[in-house]
Amino acid sequence: MTTMTIKGPIEGYLQMEPSVSVEGDVATIDCQSIYYKYVNEAVRRCFADGVKTVKLINVNGQRYIGTGIKGKDLRIEVHGTPGQDMAMLMDGPTVEVYGNAQDGVGNTMNAGTVIVHGSAGDVLGYGMRGGRVFIKGDVGYRVGIHMKAYEDLRPIMVCGGKARDFFGEYMAGGLLVLLGMESRLEGPLVGGYVGTGMHGGEIVLRGEVEPWQVGKECGIFTATEEEMAALRPLLDEYCSAVGFDVDEVMSVPFTRLVPISHRPYGKLYTYL
Amino acid sequence: MPTSLLQPEFRVDIDYNKCHKCGRCVQQCGWGVYNFNERPIPDDSKCRACHRCVTYCPAHCITIRKNDLALRENANWTAGLRKAVWRQAETGGVMLTGMGNDKPYLNIFDHLVLDACQVTNPSIDPLREPMELRTYLGRKPDSVEVVPDGNGGVRLAEGAGIANNIKLDTPLIFSPMSYGSVSLNVHKSLAMAAERCGILMNTGEGGLHADLYPYQDHVIVQVASGRFGVNPEYLQRGAAIEIKVGQGAKPGIGGHLPGEKINKEVSTTRMIPQGSDAISPAPHHDIYSIEDLRQLIYSLKEASGYKPVGVKIAAVHNVAAIASGIVRAGADYVYLDGFKGGTGAAPQVIRDHIGIPIEIAIAVVDQRLRDEGIRNQASIVAAGSIRSSADMAKALALGADVVAIGSAALMALGCHMCQGCHTGCCSWGLTTQKPELTRRVDPEWGAERLTNLVHAWSHELQEILGALGVNAVESLRGSRERLRAIGLDAQTCEIIGVKPAGM
Ligand code: SF4
Ligand code: SF4
Repeated sequence: MTTMTIKGPIEGYLQMEPSVSVEGDVATIDCQSIYYKYVNEAVRRCFADGVKTVKLINVNGQRYIGTGIKGKDLRIEVHGTPGQDMAMLMDGPTVEVYGNAQDGVGNTMNAGTVIVHGSAGDVLGYGMRGGRVFIKGDVGYRVGIHMKAYEDLRPIMVCGGKARDFFGEYMAGGLLVLLGMESRLEGPLVGGYVGTGMHGGEIVLRGEVEPWQVGKECGIFTATEEEMAALRPLLDEYCSAVGFDVDEVMSVPFTRLVPISHRPYGKLYTYL
Repeated sequence: MPTSLLQPEFRVDIDYNKCHKCGRCVQQCGWGVYNFNERPIPDDSKCRACHRCVTYCPAHCITIRKNDLALRENANWTAGLRKAVWRQAETGGVMLTGMGNDKPYLNIFDHLVLDACQVTNPSIDPLREPMELRTYLGRKPDSVEVVPDGNGGVRLAEGAGIANNIKLDTPLIFSPMSYGSVSLNVHKSLAMAAERCGILMNTGEGGLHADLYPYQDHVIVQVASGRFGVNPEYLQRGAAIEIKVGQGAKPGIGGHLPGEKINKEVSTTRMIPQGSDAISPAPHHDIYSIEDLRQLIYSLKEASGYKPVGVKIAAVHNVAAIASGIVRAGADYVYLDGFKGGTGAAPQVIRDHIGIPIEIAIAVVDQRLRDEGIRNQASIVAAGSIRSSADMAKALALGADVVAIGSAALMALGCHMCQGCHTGCCSWGLTTQKPELTRRVDPEWGAERLTNLVHAWSHELQEILGALGVNAVESLRGSRERLRAIGLDAQTCEIIGVKPAGM
């Protein structure tokens, strides 16, 4: 005797399998009003069945898209607005969002690429260890907190608009770039507490920051010509991904923030 | 002026008449107390009374005693307070310490006694009758579905119940201690013992070393604010995942592993560079609310194939409301860490003055979850100075499902509670990464001692259950009626839901 339990909607999303159509190695999943768990299960199933590209259409707030997915040659296209923690703990795939993204993009990400053709929310790339996150527009608070590098893993995040407070706080490795090219935010390029507690990696800003905006653990430098030249391939790649003109991006002097010490709290303590 | 006003805390006396001049003390001491010049010459000021030399001296000729240099008695200005002022005046530093709160706060466990059967109901002899300690860690269903078993009875339906729970042979697990704060040999000892005892060890926030992969079904993998060593593979390996929000020894502050402790192996396991500090921010910057916590719990479930996810918090004033939020956020267990819990390093002011006792936290959380009708949705793990099987039994009676031990586990491996863990020089080879010290712990030896300890406490728990006249630990759990208080004030009794003895 088996009983089929029909599950009710959660927060307006339906608990049911989405419709999936497969053509060659491309699958299209219609996410309209489907609860995230079923969407993500369908994505994982597609990849397990040998699909290389998954197109998610009618995405509207579904969480955890691409979360925990492994595999270098896999691709997820998101049409609509994905929900929180997209590409969290992701290890290899490419996720491209044709729209805005919310909070937690690339949280604790290991490898892969995220491209957002719009703006994104708070806490992007938290604890990120590798891979790339390219955001075309503005980003919120706490972006790039505690990014870290390890051996050949070096996380890179480039944001095309402006950012709020705590940009690159506690940063331990990697590269965080902010360009201020296109923005719907009032106020300066970036808020306060930039790089507070930073002990590794570098932050690169297009334009200038006031010393009050920057944590006392950072040194503030104008990028040299060599440093700009070294940055160019990355900016080239970013610009062609999101559609900016790289020469215009590089027409303004950049500011580099790097930590003064790898041991910012080395002299804080004493004991009996 | 002398460079320091501080006088040595201990005196190392060697009876040179008995001394073999073998030099073993010189070699054994991790703090560099001894010099050898025809005979061992101790520098008292470096001694932390860890007794490594005493234990290994073949002539039994070393005595460590308190330096009885008399400071004028002052119950208000204790010697410890005076010394801290002197040290801070010298250095301007934050006082750092190791292990748990050592201040003489009231210990509630020591004011609770258990019941036993006499005359009107029989006690049980656990040596001859079955006595069940098996415990399931995780979310229990709101109701159970049963199907006919074909013999006129019923049995649990397929998939109903506790499929996603972790089976423990005894309600005792090892608490999180990171590789980095303790040595790899300690981690191996814990993992091997966890496997042998049918229980769990916990990585702490330092990642899972490859040598522990064979034991991964007995390992809880922790996710803390620094996200060290956390990737999908790590999450998939663990038996369960634990989000570390707080620690009893240092509620509300982050962790900080100094660069000196980050050698090649630690760096590989944590996936961070060698030699730079490993800083865990105070909060998780992706958790600022219960809603955010729910988001993290479910993202970890998504990334791990729906493993159980627990949340560890320090016991603080509002612990009941916080725990309720954690359970509603979807945690499979709540780990409560009382203010006497140990640490590899914490600012003394935080360790000694923040948080509440575990006994109270267990009772109020258990009660709150019951009152709200959600007690079945999560297990309660209690830690923060569980010192004996008696503490374990009392914690279970107050409402915990499982207890966790850290300090006691280290003591099984030789720790003498010298409170010097933060120095990285532990003579017993536990809280250090120096190869000449870490090799002192042979994992096989360590696993055996830990296994002995777990078995001994489990037997004692069975004896207690037998005396109570019950044959399963389930019957003790949350059964505060089997506890009585001696010498606790009426309000504390009311808060923890225990009657005074005689009632
Ligand atoms: S270990 Fe004991 S016997 Fe050997 S040198 Fe030291 S004090 Fe003397
Ligand atoms: S672990 Fe080592 S340093 Fe820490 S208290 Fe025990 S013996 Fe002392």
